[in-house]
Amino acid sequence: MDFNDTAPEAAYRAQVRSWLDANAAEYRTPPAQPWPLDEFVTRSKAWQAKKHAAGYVGITWPKSMGGQGLSPMHQIIYNQEESRGHAPTGLYSIGLGMCIPTVFTHGSPEVIERYVAKALVGEEVWCQLFSEPAAGSDLAGIRTRAVKDGDDWVIDGQKVWTSFAHKSDFGIVVCRTDPTAPKHKGLSMFIVDMHAPGMEVRQIKQMSGNSEFNEVFFTGVRVPDAHRLGAPGDGWKVALTTLMHERLAVGGKPRHAPGYATLLELARRTDTDRGPAIEQSDVRGRIAATYIADEGIKLTQMRALSALSQGHMPGPEQSISKVVIAKTMQEMSAFALDMAEASGFLTGKADAEIEKLQDSYLWSAGLRIAGGTDEILRNIIAERVLGLPGDLRPDKDTPFNEIKAL
Amino acid sequence: MNFDFADDAKELRDSARRFFVERAGPAVARRAMNGDAPFDAELWRAVVDLGWTAARVPEAHGGVGLSSEAACVLAEEAGRSLAPVPLVSVLAATEALLLAGTEAQQARWLPGIADGSVIAVSGWAEGDAAAPLNPRAAVTGGKLSGVKLPIADLLGAHLAIVTARGPDGAQLYLVDLSAPGVSIAPVATLDLVRRHGSLTLDATPVEALGTPGHAQDWLDRAAVLGAFEAIGTANAAMEMTVAYAKDRVAFGQKIGRYQGVKHKCADMYIKLELARAHALHGAWAMGADAAELRQAASAARVAALDALSFTAEEAVQLHGGIGFTWESDCQFYYRRNRALVAALGSRSFWADRLVRSLEQRNRAAA
Repeated sequence: MDFNDTAPEAAYRAQVRSWLDANAAEYRTPPAQPWPLDEFVTRSKAWQAKKHAAGYVGITWPKSMGGQGLSPMHQIIYNQEESRGHAPTGLYSIGLGMCIPTVFTHGSPEVIERYVAKALVGEEVWCQLFSEPAAGSDLAGIRTRAVKDGDDWVIDGQKVWTSFAHKSDFGIVVCRTDPTAPKHKGLSMFIVDMHAPGMEVRQIKQMSGNSEFNEVFFTGVRVPDAHRLGAPGDGWKVALTTLMHERLAVGGKPRHAPGYATLLELARRTDTDRGPAIEQSDVRGRIAATYIADEGIKLTQMRALSALSQGHMPGPEQSISKVVIAKTMQEMSAFALDMAEASGFLTGKADAEIEKLQDSYLWSAGLRIAGGTDEILRNIIAERVLGLPGDLRPDKDTPFNEIKAL
Repeated sequence: MNFDFADDAKELRDSARRFFVERAGPAVARRAMNGDAPFDAELWRAVVDLGWTAARVPEAHGGVGLSSEAACVLAEEAGRSLAPVPLVSVLAATEALLLAGTEAQQARWLPGIADGSVIAVSGWAEGDAAAPLNPRAAVTGGKLSGVKLPIADLLGAHLAIVTARGPDGAQLYLVDLSAPGVSIAPVATLDLVRRHGSLTLDATPVEALGTPGHAQDWLDRAAVLGAFEAIGTANAAMEMTVAYAKDRVAFGQKIGRYQGVKHKCADMYIKLELARAHALHGAWAMGADAAELRQAASAARVAALDALSFTAEEAVQLHGGIGFTWESDCQFYYRRNRALVAALGSRSFWADRLVRSLEQRNRAAA
C-alpha cells in the first residue's frame, strides 16, 4: 500500500504545478472580500481561456471534442493542484461537467460543431434546467411543456434551482412532450438559448440570505427541432446521462468548509464554567466523530482514486460521500455554535471562525437536499448497492395526465 | 497510489473467506456455545494447518513472513465467520512479539505460534473500569502478582502477554502459563461463544516485553486488527439482515421496500464503509510504521465499533420478534459486539486517544 503517485502521475503533477505557479500567482491567497458576481464571471472567463490555451480543460474528453483524451486520474491531479489555490472555478462546473457531455453524447454533428468548442474555451456559459417546484426528487414528474409547432417546439413552464442561470448563455432543458405517455416516457431534452424571447430569470433568495440559484420562467419560448438532444420521448434517458455526471460534480465537501480542525481550535480557546471546552468528553467525542466522518470520506475517495490509478472502476462505496458530508457539516456546525454559547448566535461580529460556522450551518441544510436528498441517496445505496427492492411507485405506468395522488 | 491491499493479501482474504464460510459461521458458533470446550479444536487444527498462525512469523522462526496486511485480512474473515478459534488473539500477540520481543524471546515463542503448539493471548483488564494501560498488577524483582480478567481465549493458552506496572511504568510482560504461581479459571461474559478466563498470578516469574513505549505502540497495532475483526462481524450481520429484508413480507410487501427498513440498511453500509476506509488507513500505517499509526488506529477502532454496535443492534430490530429469540443468530453479533468493545478498551477511551493524537499533530504543525 502506498499513497504515492506513479511515475507518469508524478510527472503530470509536476507539470501542472509549475504551470499553476507561473500562471495562477494572483490566486495564491483568497480574496480579502468575496468577488462581486460580475467580477467573478469576468475572472472565471479569463481563467478558463488561460487553462484552455494550456490544455487543462476537457482533460478527460475525447480529442475529437477538443479535449485532451487523458484519464480521470489526470483530471483529479489537475483539480487537486488547482484547489490548493483560490482560482475561480465554479462557473463552468455544471456546463462542462454535465451539460456539454450530454450535448456531445446525444447531439447532432451540427449541434456539436456549433456549441462544444465555445463552451470549452469558456466563451459561452451553460446551465442545467431540470428541477421544478413540483418535481425535485421525483424528477420525472416535471410539467414544463414543449409543443411541436412547425419546425419549432414551444416551451411553457417553470424551472427552479438553476445555478448561474442569469449568467448563462445556453441551457439544457427537459420538457414534457407527450402528457398521454407514462411519466418517464413522455419527456424530451432540448438546448435552449437563455437570451431567447419569453425567457425570464429570477434570483431565489435562499434561507441563508444568499442568492446562488435562480428560477427560470418559460413563456412561449421557441426552440428549433434541430436543438433536440435524443429522440422525442427519450428525454429521461438523456437526463440520466447528465445525472450520471452530476454524481461526480456535486458531493465533495465545499472547499475550505470548516471541519474537525475548526472544532478542535474553537474548543481549545473556549472556556466554560465547567472548565476548558477541550477537556470535556462530549466535545472530544464530537471532534472524534467529525474526524471519522470527514477523513473517512477523504480516505474513501482515496480508494476510488486508487482504483482509477490502477485502471479499475471505483467501487460502490463512493455513494456514501454526500450523505455523510452534508449531515456531518450540519451536526458539527450546530455543536460548535452551541459550544460558543451566545457568541455562536450573534451575527455580524468580528469572529471569522464563528461566521464560517454559521454559514456552514445554514448552507449544510441546502447541501442535504442538493444533488439528491439524504433520503434519495439512502434509497440508492439500499437498492443499487445492497440490492433491496425499490419503493412501490403507483404512478409509474399511468399516462401522466391521468395520475392521481394516492 | 495503491490504497488497497496487495494482491497476495487479497488472495489470502478470499481463501480465508471460502474456508470460514464452509467451516465456521453461526451454526458452528452455536455448537461452540452449547459445548464447553475452550474453542473448536478441530477447526483450530485446520487453521494451523493452513499456516495462518505462521503468516506473520518470520521464516527464520519457522513462519511465512507475510506483511501485516495478512494479519488484517485474517482478522476480518475470522470476525465475519464468528469462528470459535483463538486466531485473532494469536495474531495480536504475535504483533507484540514482533514489535517488542528480543531475539531470544522471539526464538522462544514464535516457532511454537507458527506450528500451532503455542496459543498466545493478551490481557490488560483487571475486572474493573480501569483503562488499558493503567494496570494495578505490578512486577517486583521480575515477579508479577495480580489478577487479569477477562482474557479472551485464555483457557487452553500457553503464553499470555499482560500489562503490569514495572520500574519504568505500565508495560507488557510475557507470562509462560506453565510457570509457578499461575492459576487460570473460566469467567462468564456476555459473549457465550468466545470463552474468556481470569489469570491470577502470585509472584510468577515474568519477562519484560519491550518498554512502556512498546506497550502503547502494540495497543495501536492490536486496535487495527480488532477494527478489521469488528468490520468482518458487522459485515456478516448486515448481510444477514439485508437477506431477511428481501425475504420477509409485511402488509403485502417485502419489508426491504419500506424506507424505514432500507434506510437503516443503508446506514449500516455507510458506517461500515467509513470504518473500512479508516481500517485500511490503519493497515497502511501499521505496514509502513508511519507516524500516523496512533491516529489511524484510534479512528479505525472507533469507527469499527460504531459500525458494529449500530449493525448488531439494528439487526435484531429489523428481524423483529424472531431476532430476539434464543434460536436466532442475531444474538451472536449482538453479544460479540460487547466482547470486541471489552477486548481493547472502551469507545470513549479510543475517541480520546484519537483526539490526543490530533492535538499532538496540530502542536507539531504549529
